[in-house]
Amino acid sequence: MDFLRPASWEEALAAKAEFPTAVPIAGGTDVMVEINFDHRRPEYLLDLNRIALLREWEVAEDVVRLGASVTYTQIMENLRTELPGLALASHTVASPQIRNRGGVGGNLGCASPAGDSHPALLAAGAEVEVESVRGSRLIPIDEFYTGVKRNALAADELIKTVRIKKADGPQQYSKVGSRNAMVIAVCAFGLALHPETRSVRTGIGSAAPTPIRAKTAEEFLNAALDEGGFWESGKVITPSIAKQFGDLASGAANPIDDVRGTAKYRRHAVGIMARRQLVWTWEQYRGSGNGRSLEGAA
Amino acid sequence: MAQHTRTVPAGTPTNVTQKHNRGGIGESTLRPDGILKVTGEFAYSSDMWHEDMLWGQTLRSTVAHAEIASIDISEALAMPGVYSVLTYDDLPAEMKNYGLEIRDTPVLANGRVRHHGEPVALVAADHPETARRAAAKIRIDYRELPVVTDEASALAEGAPLIHEGRDDHHAGHVPHPNIVHRQPIVRGNVEEARTRADVIVEGEYTFGMQDQAFLGPESGLAVPAEDGGVDLYVATQWLHSDLRQIAPVLGLPEEKVRMTLSGVGGAFGGREDISMQIHACLLALATNKPVKIVYNRFESFFGHVHRHPAKLHYEHGATKDGKLTHMKCRIVLDGGAYASASPAVVGNASSLSVGPYVLDDVDIEAIALYTNNPPCGAMRGFGAVQACFAYEAQMDKLAAKLGMDPVEFRRLNAMEMGTIMPTGQVVDSPAPVAELLRRVKARPLPPERQWETAGEGADVRALPGGLSNTTHGEGVVRGVGYAVGIKNVGFSEGFDDYSTARVRLEVINGEPVAMVHTAMAEVGQGGVTVHAQIARTELGVTQVTIHPADTRVGSAGSTSASRQTYMTGGAVKNTCEAVREAVLEIGRRKNGSYHPAWATAALLLEGGKVVTDGGEVLADIAEVLEGEDAIDLELEFRHRPTVPFDLKTGQGNGHVQYSFAAHRAVVEVDTELGLVKVVELATAQDVGKALNMLSVVGQIQGGTIQGLGVAIMEEIIVDPKTAKVRNPSFTDYLIPTILDTPTIPVDVLELADPNAPYGLRGMGEAPTLSSTPAVLAAIRQATGLELNKTPIRPEALTGTL
Repeated sequence: MDFLRPASWEEALAAKAEFPTAVPIAGGTDVMVEINFDHRRPEYLLDLNRIALLREWEVAEDVVRLGASVTYTQIMENLRTELPGLALASHTVASPQIRNRGGVGGNLGCASPAGDSHPALLAAGAEVEVESVRGSRLIPIDEFYTGVKRNALAADELIKTVRIKKADGPQQYSKVGSRNAMVIAVCAFGLALHPETRSVRTGIGSAAPTPIRAKTAEEFLNAALDEGGFWESGKVITPSIAKQFGDLASGAANPIDDVRGTAKYRRHAVGIMARRQLVWTWEQYRGSGNGRSLEGAA
Repeated sequence: MAQHTRTVPAGTPTNVTQKHNRGGIGESTLRPDGILKVTGEFAYSSDMWHEDMLWGQTLRSTVAHAEIASIDISEALAMPGVYSVLTYDDLPAEMKNYGLEIRDTPVLANGRVRHHGEPVALVAADHPETARRAAAKIRIDYRELPVVTDEASALAEGAPLIHEGRDDHHAGHVPHPNIVHRQPIVRGNVEEARTRADVIVEGEYTFGMQDQAFLGPESGLAVPAEDGGVDLYVATQWLHSDLRQIAPVLGLPEEKVRMTLSGVGGAFGGREDISMQIHACLLALATNKPVKIVYNRFESFFGHVHRHPAKLHYEHGATKDGKLTHMKCRIVLDGGAYASASPAVVGNASSLSVGPYVLDDVDIEAIALYTNNPPCGAMRGFGAVQACFAYEAQMDKLAAKLGMDPVEFRRLNAMEMGTIMPTGQVVDSPAPVAELLRRVKARPLPPERQWETAGEGADVRALPGGLSNTTHGEGVVRGVGYAVGIKNVGFSEGFDDYSTARVRLEVINGEPVAMVHTAMAEVGQGGVTVHAQIARTELGVTQVTIHPADTRVGSAGSTSASRQTYMTGGAVKNTCEAVREAVLEIGRRKNGSYHPAWATAALLLEGGKVVTDGGEVLADIAEVLEGEDAIDLELEFRHRPTVPFDLKTGQGNGHVQYSFAAHRAVVEVDTELGLVKVVELATAQDVGKALNMLSVVGQIQGGTIQGLGVAIMEEIIVDPKTAKVRNPSFTDYLIPTILDTPTIPVDVLELADPNAPYGLRGMGEAPTLSSTPAVLAAIRQATGLELNKTPIRPEALTGTL
């Protein structure tokens, strides 16, 4: 196994062009596990740790440009206001030691359906900025996940940043695991209210071959909020709306039975999380009068 | 090949000396290795290194039951860097099997594998990666056989026999060759007693396969010696038991296999059986080079036995005023492919199946099966854990049926000193079962809705789901549950369970210094701490050196069965007393004529001096020993003898001592998501005498958490169709983290057992028993569900199995 250590982003792109099978490694929290267990023997590892720009983030007018290697700890500590859903998701990642190394770039690169950040990115709305020696492009998050552990990257491309819309309303994130910390997701759910566009977005993790949005649930809720004038009045969400939203989210899941949980349980749990999060986010929206207080409730 | 002069490998233990002006028994002195462990400087067995060493790798079966049609090692052997590849055909001695009680386990598979992960071949290479790749190039042609996975398939007509032609000492009395051992216990008249019962409850309970999950994986280093023998440095629980199994398969006399304990990263029963010991020795002897083997986490799940999963059927009756009338039970333990400790686990499960209750009319049967599942053997609690989970569920069912408080019902039936066990053995030392229950119940409960913070919102860490942020209080219901258990201490059923201690007393730089040398495996229990405390108390010295554990001294028995403080601690006390007597003898010889007290008074060694029991100082120890050789004695120590249980009636004084603990569990259950937060596990335990309270509390809290683990998360999942392990990793075999760990208030009683050294009671296992059923009881109370299987999965609480 050859270990490539580019000193700059340009060198990294050149290396990836020359060795397209090279596996990028930053925190190594996924890649090293796969290597240690012999699930994967890449010909080349492409170490991105010398590239400072990947560890930087920038808060712009409407979006946060998050370097691929910005750690989960940094997200939790610095971007709670701008990215409350992702900050909550970061909090559920493994242990403090892993959160000090791992970042969203690795989650996207591995594209495991169990990656903790995906539902938050789907709910917030994001674009993945990827680059190669040929140039750069932005991949909408909805088009990023193409299959089980597969993504829309070309062989010579590297993930540079993730551009995530700054929260314009409350966001929530929950993950079910069979212990209270340091656990791989049995299933996860994220919800973001977008008062500026009078819309909601969702994300489901570990309950389908790829991370997905619960689109019918979103459509139902968008319509119900709109028809009932909820955005304007800020009135209490009715239990029947919350329940139907949960049921539709549950129906969007397409999980399997495995050693971590049954498909039936995953579907059930997605529905509960969706229903609860709607209540939490909506109460926050109401409580702030106009939805301007964007802190996660937890 | 050039002969090297070999030195001790880097990372092997050395003498540890601690000086304390006080630090005798009863004080919470700190562990000599504590700071090293906390700062990461302690050398574990996996840290050892020897110049010129090779790395060993085990190739394990990928199927559970198969004939091996052929093995082709040529490609592996041809790899550069590979020094040796060994299979069954290369075993050097007549004896090819080993085993704790029954030598049924092949060192390497002999034409047949009986469980997933069974060792088939060994590789030694100059780099661990080379060894792994070479092992992967060994071609094995498996012809798969049907698998036996439970009682029905094991005892079915025409079932494959796991071990054909058995001739072990249990073969003659078991009803089927796929039963390792069967122990019935019959006392009183159940059928007659049954007629007195106003209520009868029955239950069928299932206990999942728990793993010891020690953090330091199996590892060790074998160094070939010039005399044709081998020096083995290894993390184990019992050096001499290993030695007895290793030497015959190497074809060496025991004195040519010299063992030294290296740093042990936890054990919990999982190191009672041989893992890499023989394999490393074989490779070292074959290559004439030091060979190190370190399992990774994945291999560790296959490298040691697990706790027996069990099916337990219980029937209890009680009168309407709450007195137990009778109990019938049948306990089926799955021993997996090899016997390991199964026979002794059967003995414990049967003899402790009534729990700490008065029950004169019982009909008990326990069996262990041979199956193609992973082998199961020793784990903390050893057969008593599974039974406690079931009988405590029964107690709650009975109390509910009678409309009684579950604690009051238990207290009404609690055993006490003088109670007769179902084996006929009289409990002849304190058994404060009712008092332990009273104490945990009397504690104030944690406040309701304890997750609510003064400011705003919920502290999710105090809620089910924790940081995963699944509830802010929605769906959360509190439950409270109680349980109490009984565990035996020491090896039972007639086993000669002795311990040996060597103690040396000499004057160094004008100061008396004691050295304690035993073969006791320090696996984290704190034996090295209490041995020094005992030496200080008995010999009046401040400075004590603990010699590394090795086989140059006699056996210390196993670090298991809650026995080491009692047994090797007892041996250290016993040898110290003899050393003290030798000091006094010298003193009498030298000084007796100067003071009559030398002849007439009871004399002690205290603060470096010989003193009378009245406190009068007669001499400095250093003075007495001046010009004398060091006093150096090695003596064996035995607890009172036990006898085997009768094979038909189960009668017999089979146990040494009993140990009791009670728990109250307070849980918050998210009833919609099926997630559990254990908020508090209050416990009370009688330890006879706490030689070191800090260690005692640590053991109680650790055991309590291990019991919590198997209540709500820990289980090795074996596919019933293939008998293959599905979750051999810490990603999918979950153990509690600190965020799953509740507050554990501990209430320690010290009621002396007159038969035991200092009155102490072995205490390391009892808390592991009652913690699990207490948590289960609390979850049942919160959910109203019956929950007859542990661990509980979220599916079981949400109807989504």
